[in-house]
Amino acid sequence: MKGLGLLVARDLRLALRQSADAWLAVLFFVLTAALFPFGVGPEPGLLARIAPGIIWVVALLAVLLSLERLFLADFEDGSLEQLLLSPLPLELAVLAKVLAHWLTTGLPLIAAAPLLAVLFNMDFAGLGVLLLAMLLGTPVLSLVGAVGAALTLGARRGGVLIPLLVLPLYVPALIFGVGATDAALQGLAARPHLLLLGALLLVMLVVAPLAGAAALRQALE
Amino acid sequence: MALFEGRSLHCRRGGRDVFAELSFALPSGGALLLTGPNGSGKSSLLRLMAGLLKPAGGLLTWDGVAIAAAPEVHAARLHYLGHLDAVKPVLSVAENLRFWAALRGTPAALEAALDGFALGELAAVPGRLLSAGQRRRLALARLVAAPAELWLLDEPSVGLDHASVGRLAGAIAAHRAAGGRVVVATHMALDLPGAVPLSLAALSPPPLPEMVW
Repeated sequence: MKGLGLLVARDLRLALRQSADAWLAVLFFVLTAALFPFGVGPEPGLLARIAPGIIWVVALLAVLLSLERLFLADFEDGSLEQLLLSPLPLELAVLAKVLAHWLTTGLPLIAAAPLLAVLFNMDFAGLGVLLLAMLLGTPVLSLVGAVGAALTLGARRGGVLIPLLVLPLYVPALIFGVGATDAALQGLAARPHLLLLGALLLVMLVVAPLAGAAALRQALE
Repeated sequence: MALFEGRSLHCRRGGRDVFAELSFALPSGGALLLTGPNGSGKSSLLRLMAGLLKPAGGLLTWDGVAIAAAPEVHAARLHYLGHLDAVKPVLSVAENLRFWAALRGTPAALEAALDGFALGELAAVPGRLLSAGQRRRLALARLVAAPAELWLLDEPSVGLDHASVGRLAGAIAAHRAAGGRVVVATHMALDLPGAVPLSLAALSPPPLPEMVW
């Protein structure tokens, strides 16, 4: 467990010193979402209605944007080999990298989400549920994305392959994430959606490190 | 006395036989010097020994126990130095070294390791400013910073100046004197008294027949 903390701390320090990468995802998130009023027209009722969907889809794309560098730098400079040979089990190493990725990508997106909610004139009654759903959903995006990033490591133009692999697997998180917020906005119970999102997170917390580690071992052969 | 042994090792990469029927034995304090032309499988053999690659045939054992039975136990007793230095460009020399040593969980001799490869003055310099030789020295310092019984070194002297090659030979000698063992693949002259040469040139299977289209 100490090794896990060490790796998270190292990745956070790396992200802090190369903060442009983390800013990129947040800026992409805000700027892309800001394009929608231009595209669909500035009608407040319409924007308020599509806000949860837009925020979720754009968050998903922002996470996707940051996935390629999750393992690539460590793969190219030989750190991944050393991690494989370190006493830290590779499954935990994957979990540590995912945790650091979420802290530097998912968490800033959640922090920026209220800004978009205001921008889209979303009813504040749904804001709490939106943030809660993102808190449960964005780690799922990081976990599933890590498997995709690990699988495409050895491949030529792996970065292009990641969206093809990962996007279909993002659909459940998207459905329940948007569903929870929509339910709250319509005065219905958001709880079932949130519970399903939580279940998805628990399953992926177990499956993703195992699958990711297996894929990394394959890439390092 | 524990013996690190390989018996009738067979290595295939990408559907091509690299070497076959390779055997070696490495006692405590011993050194193995891998020689052979480019592509004869020196790096592949080191990766086999590290457990990064699985042999297509044959058996690697430590003290009679197959290393494949407990790969994490084997990983904990070895240092593998490949072609890549695993140096992060935005971390300083000391930070790079401290991370890898701490990950091993052993009381780290950071100062001694830095001084051993004349990196003391560079401790605060970020990795991106290091020259190729300095990066290599930092990778070598990792060997000393956290003790491990088996060193697997793939072309350790690449990019090193004369003084650093001498320091490397000294580090290997001290490691062996303390009962450690080392496997080195190198084309350059490295002072390894009593090292057992293992030539891979003779072990390559006959070349494939010319492909006919």
